[in-house]
Amino acid sequence: MNIELVLFGAFALLTLLSAGLVIFAKSAISSAMSLVATFFFLAGIYVLLWAHTVAVLQVLVYAGAIMVLFLFVIMLLNLGEETSAGPRLTLSRILGGAAAAGLLVVLVMVIWRIPAPTTTFTGAQAVASGFGTLPAIGQVIYTQWLLPFEAVSLLLLVAMVGAVVVAKSRI
Amino acid sequence: MVPISYYLILAAALFCLGMFGVLIRRNALVVFMCVELMLNAANLTFLAFAKQNGHLTGHVSAFFVIAVAAAEASIGLAIVIAVFRSRGTVSIEEIRTMKH
Repeated sequence: MNIELVLFGAFALLTLLSAGLVIFAKSAISSAMSLVATFFFLAGIYVLLWAHTVAVLQVLVYAGAIMVLFLFVIMLLNLGEETSAGPRLTLSRILGGAAAAGLLVVLVMVIWRIPAPTTTFTGAQAVASGFGTLPAIGQVIYTQWLLPFEAVSLLLLVAMVGAVVVAKSRI
Repeated sequence: MVPISYYLILAAALFCLGMFGVLIRRNALVVFMCVELMLNAANLTFLAFAKQNGHLTGHVSAFFVIAVAAAEASIGLAIVIAVFRSRGTVSIEEIRTMKH
């Protein structure tokens, strides 16, 4: 029983639990708070995958910026609890559950058939090459992925202007 | 060492949970949150394969996904605000002008 498996199990369980709470919570605000918890537990999983930088970004950008935006909108619209959030078992819900369960079964079957990796990437190699650190990722972004990086910055600018234009009633 | 397939199965479960939420929830904001869950599942897959192969391209992809998710959230929430202002509801069952 090694510690990595224990940590993975704990984080995976908590992630799935809080993701379930996002869906089944009655008020939008508790959904949002459960989503923040999901992002934190996922950041723990990312650290287990040696992706420290992405884990920090996850907490800063997702749990910080995006969720604050969500909470602001929920409070701005003053949404209460859903009036008809009872445990109704309508046809669309049954079909939705069946579709999600079917997709899960297919995905698990496919993942089970992935052949075992021929080469292994060990922790010693990762430490030696600075795997997942900010300098190593920056090296890759600014050499191989410079154009997509600039495109993403343009996309963020367009999104910023677009959000103002769409949400403002009079310019 | 935890096998990569465990991470992939967790990502698949997270994606299916998000898809289930998108299909059954009626509140547009919660539907958005479920889309964020699905994006995170995709990120988890990228990072799992990055660890297996020792390639940093997966991390770069996850970085781009986070940036695009930020753009998507800002535009989507602006649309929700605009719709709420003109119709007074965020329930996706009552927004059906473009249905026919």
